[in-house]
Amino acid sequence: MRSEARELGQPTGVQEAPAWQRHHLLDLDELTPREIELVLDTAEAMREVLSREVPRVPALRGVTVVNLFYEPSTRTRASFELAAKALGADVVNIAAEQSSVRKGESLLDTVRTIEALGAQVLVLRHWQSGAPYLAARHSRLHVVNAGDGWHAHPTQALLDIYTLRRHLGDLRGRKVVIVGDIAHSRVARSNAWGLTALGARVVLCGPPTLLPPALRPGEDEAAALPPLQVETDLAQAMEGADAVMALRLQRERMEGGLLPSLREYIRLYQVNGQRLARARPGALVLHPGPMNEGIEIAPEVAHSAQSVIQEQVTNGVAVRMAVLYLLTGGKA
Amino acid sequence: MTGLAVRGGRLLDPSRGLDLTGDVLIADGRIAAVGPDAGRQADQALDASGLLVLPGLVDVHCHLREPGLEHKETIETGTLAAARGGFTTVCCMPNTEPPLDTPALVRWLRERAAQAGHVRVLPIACTTRGRQGRELADLAELAEAGAVAFSDDGEPVSDPALLRRALEYAAALGLPIIEHCEDKALSAGGVMHEGWVAARLGLRGIPAAAEEAAVARALALAAATGGRLHIAHVSTTGAVALLRAYRARGVPATAEVTPHHLCLTHEAVMGAGESPGGLAYDTNAKVNPPLRPRADAEACLAGLAEGVIDCIATDHAPHALEDKLCEFDLAACGISGLETALALCLSLVHEGRLPLLRLVEAMTVAPVRALGLDRHLPGLGTLAVGAPGDVAIVDPQREWTVEPERLASKGKNTPLAGRRLRGRVVCTIYGGRVVWQE
Repeated sequence: MRSEARELGQPTGVQEAPAWQRHHLLDLDELTPREIELVLDTAEAMREVLSREVPRVPALRGVTVVNLFYEPSTRTRASFELAAKALGADVVNIAAEQSSVRKGESLLDTVRTIEALGAQVLVLRHWQSGAPYLAARHSRLHVVNAGDGWHAHPTQALLDIYTLRRHLGDLRGRKVVIVGDIAHSRVARSNAWGLTALGARVVLCGPPTLLPPALRPGEDEAAALPPLQVETDLAQAMEGADAVMALRLQRERMEGGLLPSLREYIRLYQVNGQRLARARPGALVLHPGPMNEGIEIAPEVAHSAQSVIQEQVTNGVAVRMAVLYLLTGGKA
Repeated sequence: MTGLAVRGGRLLDPSRGLDLTGDVLIADGRIAAVGPDAGRQADQALDASGLLVLPGLVDVHCHLREPGLEHKETIETGTLAAARGGFTTVCCMPNTEPPLDTPALVRWLRERAAQAGHVRVLPIACTTRGRQGRELADLAELAEAGAVAFSDDGEPVSDPALLRRALEYAAALGLPIIEHCEDKALSAGGVMHEGWVAARLGLRGIPAAAEEAAVARALALAAATGGRLHIAHVSTTGAVALLRAYRARGVPATAEVTPHHLCLTHEAVMGAGESPGGLAYDTNAKVNPPLRPRADAEACLAGLAEGVIDCIATDHAPHALEDKLCEFDLAACGISGLETALALCLSLVHEGRLPLLRLVEAMTVAPVRALGLDRHLPGLGTLAVGAPGDVAIVDPQREWTVEPERLASKGKNTPLAGRRLRGRVVCTIYGGRVVWQE
């Protein structure tokens, strides 16, 4: 916490970003463990910035970050906005339903317009898997995937991993259980890549209809995801876990005939005190939010001493600062 | 004597197991003589030494997009693409705008093709009115107007009772029903094969069962009615097994497979890792039925080799750039295939996985027999004396790179962009006229 660093516009502990060469952050599947750790270490420095009386550094002064959100989002959008502002960037928020997107402007037109307006960073949330890859291929913007369809949500996974690492230290050999609607979850996918890269054991647990078909036994020999364990029995999955992450259950899964009833889902897959007791004492409880308390997670667990759900939100800003900082080289 | 001679090539005519070096003489638009020195007297000659001389290729499944979708393809551009691919006869699917469901439209299309077409176009008319799947189109009148088969391709006839009636009614006309087999409840919302790639990419999958359930139903109805059923674009192991079982029982169902389902797999959607993030989400590999895993492609190849699948059809589905340059979920389905079909399939021959004669059969006389096209055009798909004077001359060793912008088709949508292929059509003769020569 020396003052020179602040005057130089650098967060303390981060002098430069030599190990970071990537132009985009699209998912964690392509990051090396070293790159993931660099983000986490940078986030640690950003956390220090956020703890200051005036939580700002001018590292991204003159950089324009556009948050283009095709899906409603409160926490992710606000988190990116706060992160960009804390680094001194100019931020423009575009919510798809308010913009010309409704007039039939295509994603690529919108992306090219944003580029022509002089932005350097595009933070894109889209309901269609792969949309940020399309934007990355057809523009020179730095693209940050803020969630695409069922596919990936790398900054969420990074903040989950950051939170886990703060409490557990080295993640090698640690058992992390992700419970719920795996099939439609970009959070589960990105976490699977990131956690396994750092040596954690990942267990995905949910009803068979909410697991991706290719992860069910007897499917193609090739791997859809890194090596991990798939369970349909939550009690078994929880055995000896170091952390458990409950995923939000979308109501439309019931309408789609994927589940018989909410009651049955709660009975089989809710993360509650009884099931948590099968994990390691003091095992951490995470949730990417927004929570349906009483459905995928019992309120007494969500608000217990083991819960780090609020801390995830706080850490999200630091992690996104780290991502924006590394992508732009602190100088874009 | 007058005529066009193709001299000194390796002549392949699988309809009678012919494989010899010699000449083909074409006079008055028909094959006049075949054999060593048969072309000595001709006033016009092409030297085909070192090249393959095949009956003009026949594609029983393509989309020429006219009328109504001329921004994707026209009869003129589509048949030029056909000529460049070695095809001299193409059957076009009726999912145009409006759909080809009236005799007047069928006649219009034939006239238009006669004027603008570079090769022979045989129209396939709708099975149901407006392709709506609710009532039969006027099948007898469509047949009188020149339709060679019926299909709602792009959509299945989902109502099994209606499919039964279609098979019964068309049987009396001696024409096949070509069925696009897809259980729409099982495929709903799917954009690629349901498997590990879809799970990896977070895309909604189309299970193999969506095809197999529909194939099983269609075959059961063919067996029950005795109608002529032709199954379009078979793509799964289970569908091949069903065909094998029904054909063993003597059910006269026929089937086709596309070059892309034989040679490409669902990994093509992911790309080869050169894209940002390592994932291409290649919309040019989005097709219906979707590209499947390797085991399915191998089962289709085995089915083709043994004759359970009769023939190869391109399912040439050209699209405009903007139909593909978008999010994967929104992209149109289809591959522009006429100009790459033979070369892509020749890779199977080069790899020793399919005999050359069987490949040529599957692209000439086999599709003719599958749809009964020789009833309209005796000798079609062969080099028999008196047959239509259609010939494709192929350099089987010539290597070339697929460059979408150089395709004659308006549809530049191919997942083979940049790929090296071995084997190229160097000349196409249709009715005794050279319609393509490199």
